[in-house]
Amino acid sequence: MRAIEQVAGTGVPLLLDDIDTDRIIPARYLRCVTFDGLGEHAFEDDRRQDPDHPFDDPRFQGSSILLVGRNFGCGSSREHAPQSLIRWGIKAIVGESFAEIFFGNCTSLGVPAVCANRSALEMLSDAVQENPKQEMIVDLVANQVQFSDESISCEIPKSARSVLLSGQWDFLSQLLQAEDQIRETAAQLPYLTNFA
Amino acid sequence: MSDRRNLFNKIWDLHEVGTLPSGQTQLLIGQHLIHEVTSPQAFAILRERGLNVMFSERTLATVDHIVPTINQTRPFADDLAEEMMTVIERNCHEFGVMLLDLDDDRQGIVHVIGPELGVTQPGITLVCGDSHTSTHGAFGCIALGIGTSQIADVLATQTLALNRPKVRRIEVTGQLQLGVFAKDAILHIIRTLGIRSGVGYAYEYAGSVFDDMSMEGRMTVCNMSIEGGARCGYVNPDQTTINDLRGRPRAPQGEVFDRATEWWLSLASGPDAEFDDHVVIDGTEIEPTVTWGINPGQSVAVNERIPAISSFPQDEQSGVYEALTFMDLTEDQPIRGLEIDVAFIGSCTNSRISDLRQAADIVKGNKVADQVRALVVPGSQQVQCQAEQEGLDRTFTEAGFEWRSAGCSMCLAMNPDKLVGREICASSSNRNFKGRQGSPTGRTLLMSPAMAAAAAVNGCVTDVREMLKSGPVL
Repeated sequence: MRAIEQVAGTGVPLLLDDIDTDRIIPARYLRCVTFDGLGEHAFEDDRRQDPDHPFDDPRFQGSSILLVGRNFGCGSSREHAPQSLIRWGIKAIVGESFAEIFFGNCTSLGVPAVCANRSALEMLSDAVQENPKQEMIVDLVANQVQFSDESISCEIPKSARSVLLSGQWDFLSQLLQAEDQIRETAAQLPYLTNFA
Repeated sequence: MSDRRNLFNKIWDLHEVGTLPSGQTQLLIGQHLIHEVTSPQAFAILRERGLNVMFSERTLATVDHIVPTINQTRPFADDLAEEMMTVIERNCHEFGVMLLDLDDDRQGIVHVIGPELGVTQPGITLVCGDSHTSTHGAFGCIALGIGTSQIADVLATQTLALNRPKVRRIEVTGQLQLGVFAKDAILHIIRTLGIRSGVGYAYEYAGSVFDDMSMEGRMTVCNMSIEGGARCGYVNPDQTTINDLRGRPRAPQGEVFDRATEWWLSLASGPDAEFDDHVVIDGTEIEPTVTWGINPGQSVAVNERIPAISSFPQDEQSGVYEALTFMDLTEDQPIRGLEIDVAFIGSCTNSRISDLRQAADIVKGNKVADQVRALVVPGSQQVQCQAEQEGLDRTFTEAGFEWRSAGCSMCLAMNPDKLVGREICASSSNRNFKGRQGSPTGRTLLMSPAMAAAAAVNGCVTDVREMLKSGPVL
């Protein structure tokens, strides 16, 4: 897999807290056997109820960095949520905090989800509102989000940073390498050996 | 020296295959459960890479999310749902995974059938592509929800790359009052600790309230761990656990069961076990609880009023305003007496036999209010069968409830069971998120099955304690 050191692009601001994955992709769009076509339905119900939703705002079309609040992606484990954001064009997310399963799904898909403090996020969001064409860079090497002449510091758990920077975010190939140890561990578990 | 590790860490240590370059643990997964919604793309990954399922006997499949609960004749009227059925059937056949399909009387909601069959056992690691997998922790195991890429990891390697979480012991002391159920306990815990505080933690539920609780009650509590942010929650195995497991078809039998029991009980956190955090909640103060907002932490006791926006921290107030606006409720409004349009009794949280008995006890001899549409959806075919043997189905239908076949149904409304427009639903499910029950503008009030039954009968949110006929229904 490709190493991900930096993600550059324009931002789309959505500084709300506790956005759950049902809102990111409503359950009726989970009636599918591939992730194709999910992009157009990202935030569909929120967008229908809010004509000013940033995902419909012409100024933010083509953006690749999503700015969010606290506990983004809470609720359902559906990988359809990050898959729909990716298909809409999102390549990195900057937020105050993330729900755990959502964060893991993002990492598995090579989407850095980095945390920044609220005041820094508000500054970033203001900058994007003021100039939607403002390019920004999520820099995992420097642990920073850079924009214009400024930068804010951001954090991502060490293990996620490590797999993204080394291009090992495809966990499957790593896990497969340990087949012998997997079988050894299994052979020692009481419930796989008749509780002998 | 005594083992001061808590149950979570004992089980984790046993399942460690190794440490990955990222510092994460490669953790062996003892039991994998899959369903039709989150697995198709995982099998596609295996095909793409030419991989097999490494331990096919350690994965069990069923169908629950998209199945209709009225007419289950194939092909389904919904082409997309039918395609999902066909795909899971083909995948399980091709990869040698056992599927409990609709024509199998063991089919049901994945988190109901695991415990029912005895597949869920203390000491195991169990995962499923569903956030409510935490349910299984009721048996004293590590159970967590995963995404589709991770389903592929488990199918192909029986392992996952994970960071070890911290463990918070949540001790609930005293006893629950009559008319206060497991659902109220977990809603109260989430209200007290918040919906974010569990991130990075596994929750150990301990104390006299959980010691006294039935296995089904413990499942309800563990089920909603994720609504408090914790990916995993558990109760230590005890005699209640052992009694529940004995005789289950996939549990060990005979002398093996005795050996298993010894091991299971040895895993429980000891009196001097260490935790990363410890909170104590007074169980006697828990009241029947109802949500008023758009996340499961936004709740009040049934006789409380909806809190003032100004009573929340400044940085929470816009979220509270958003919730009240969506729900069309106001500050200081009593939740009791709020009129409902729909009552839903079901979901992986509350669709087991004891849930249905508790609801039926309230319904018996009453009628569903005129304007209310009410349905009961048992969690599995076995629950359905048991309820029918006890005559609960007739109690419900005579009162005006619809009695349906097993599935997830209106908890997330992937099947035809949906709210319409702005309908407001008294629901025994787990999420009151915007649009969760199938109408983008539909509204959900989470509560216990007995409270949902009481609301159905009275047409409005009711304090179930006023309607209790007998003693506690277990």
